[in-house]
Amino acid sequence: MTVLEQRGAYQPSPPPAWQPRMDPAPLLPDAEPYRVLGTEAAAEADPDLLRRLYAQLVRGRRYNAQATALTKQGRLAVYPSSTGQEACEVAAALALEERDWLFPSYRDTLAVVARGVDPVEALTLLRGDWHTGYDPYEHRVAPLSTPLATQLPHAVGLAHAARLKGDDVVALAMVGDGGTSEGDFHEALNFAAVWQAPVVFLVQNNGFAISVPLAKQTAAPSLAHKAVGYGMPGRLVDGNDAVAVHEVLGDAVRRARAGGGPTLVEAVTYRVDAHTNADDATRYRGDAEVEAWRAHDPVQLLERELTGRGLLDEDGLAAARQDAEQMAADLRERMNRDPELNPMDLFDHVYAENTAQLREQRALLRAELEAEQGDQEGGLR
Amino acid sequence: MTTVAVKPATMAQALTRAMRDAMAADPSVHVMGEDVGTLGGVFRVTDGLAKEFGEDRCTDTPLAEAGILGTAVGMAMYGLRPVVEMQFDAFAYPAFEQLISHVSRMRNRTRGRMPLPITVRIPYGGGIGGVEHHSDSSEAYYMATPGLHVVTPATVADAYGLLRQAIASDDPVVFLEPKRLYWSKDSWNPEQPTDVEPIGRAVVRRRGSSATLLTYGPSLPVCMEAAEAARSEGWDLEVVDLRSLVPFDDETVCASVRRTGRAVVVHESTGFGGPGGEIAARVTERCFHHLEAPVLRVAGFDIPYPPPMLERHHLPGVDRILDAVGRLQWEAEG
Repeated sequence: MTVLEQRGAYQPSPPPAWQPRMDPAPLLPDAEPYRVLGTEAAAEADPDLLRRLYAQLVRGRRYNAQATALTKQGRLAVYPSSTGQEACEVAAALALEERDWLFPSYRDTLAVVARGVDPVEALTLLRGDWHTGYDPYEHRVAPLSTPLATQLPHAVGLAHAARLKGDDVVALAMVGDGGTSEGDFHEALNFAAVWQAPVVFLVQNNGFAISVPLAKQTAAPSLAHKAVGYGMPGRLVDGNDAVAVHEVLGDAVRRARAGGGPTLVEAVTYRVDAHTNADDATRYRGDAEVEAWRAHDPVQLLERELTGRGLLDEDGLAAARQDAEQMAADLRERMNRDPELNPMDLFDHVYAENTAQLREQRALLRAELEAEQGDQEGGLR
Repeated sequence: MTTVAVKPATMAQALTRAMRDAMAADPSVHVMGEDVGTLGGVFRVTDGLAKEFGEDRCTDTPLAEAGILGTAVGMAMYGLRPVVEMQFDAFAYPAFEQLISHVSRMRNRTRGRMPLPITVRIPYGGGIGGVEHHSDSSEAYYMATPGLHVVTPATVADAYGLLRQAIASDDPVVFLEPKRLYWSKDSWNPEQPTDVEPIGRAVVRRRGSSATLLTYGPSLPVCMEAAEAARSEGWDLEVVDLRSLVPFDDETVCASVRRTGRAVVVHESTGFGGPGGEIAARVTERCFHHLEAPVLRVAGFDIPYPPPMLERHHLPGVDRILDAVGRLQWEAEG
């Protein structure tokens, strides 16, 4: 007999009844990525939507090629190509209404352009003449975010604020597979779910965070599974199937707009090019893997559907290519002009009103520039 | 003070009143943070706001500082004026990336198209017997980040006035609240708050002719006490309350130092790499020919903030200030 039993005083009380807050089953993603193209469901897809997606895909592919060429010509400091991921980019932009907001990551230039932003202004950050070229309010596109996942809580806050104001605005926030390991990813998903904010998170799982493969990034069954722990649904979709991504994102956007709360969508895709022009992808992956993904090309997949159903003939295909070529020529021509830079801009947007210290520094730079100009003029005389 | 006091008010009450008045005047002002709603904040500085304005305007958030500030960024993008509470100085560190990579530079990054009117309230500094991570003076980190205003009140009137200005500012403001002064009282009428000097201006709190003590926030009362004590040594000290570390008021500071010819910078924060180094350098660059002695610093030691039972040895006190003042008799030395 123990001491406590001898005293006869110890009566352990049963713990309060526990039950889970909700049934996690509806939140779980399907075992396989959702696909439309190449299945019977494709026959039901709206022909107009298919044509719009295709036109943007072709433009996106050409844009990636042109921007990559511009890095080789020294016109861009760096370009993170999204070749192979164009379906995610295009579907992201087309899933939104005009009043909605897009929160892109640094690789998401195509989504930004597909949203209506001037192709040259979308490259300002990467050219290096300023940080953000476009007015975020004009097309409701946040600045391209270079720190990983830090733009996700912004999307949550904006969507939350819009709902507080009574506006039915949805925010779509884009992040890569590597970004899902960041603390801000976790905090953003948690805030969104607790606040039931009208946000859609789109993870483009392109296989690598620069060189680190997904297996070293996470032990989760899929990135879509991460949603369940926060209390939001996770959806898994073939990221190279533009129709499927558009459908899944469209559902998530409608659900958010109707007050159903956030969704996490994982689009499984592949970055065919290197991380940027400064990266050597042959150090961390083999040709066979890249070739297998090239065979599952987002442009080809959609093109097959369009031609197979007779929705686009040779002339139609040629017109799409012609349109993309025109866009590329225009981009090339405009990017080959030197940007007009005003060094005084350095001081103009630090604070609403410059501090005395910045006014002094501004005057110093002005004097330096005037002296430089004087030297040049003196040289001419 | 010209204020007619109904009764003495504490700094904490003035801060609460400032948020209440700002929220009443502008529906876009939202208060958010951990425990700010039902509990009214661990220091009760947000007491009553959730009840008066509803939980949508004064929101208890999940416990995540990066998330609190990160969502505030998005709210500010959509036209709200978030007032964020960070609960304790060292708890703000997870939000550093949001502050430095986004809050401070969104205006700059977007060429002025997307200013972020966010006030980040951070109770800071020691002297309240807090355990580790509850007493840091982190102002140097914020000062080193362009795009932020860094403000710290030392009086009840300033607590109200500066916080109203911070909330009304179109730029992000790091609003450092000296937590050991939360319960300091002053004659101040919450019904008729007097105007205070704008952000960016220092104020001479005590006129004097022998030397200038340059200080702010929690060290101001210590310096005022030191100035009184110095009278018996024959020193007539001027005390300048900086109030705003960014923007910095070179004009008021230098006018004072040129008058007195001697200066001591006093703060709790560490001396090495601390605000005092910047301030001493600025004063030296501008007032060299007026100086009778080098600008001295009386700061916290260069150690992680000590445990509460030892903090009195770390914090600059009257004696350490008076010793520094004694060392200002430069020309008398060998």
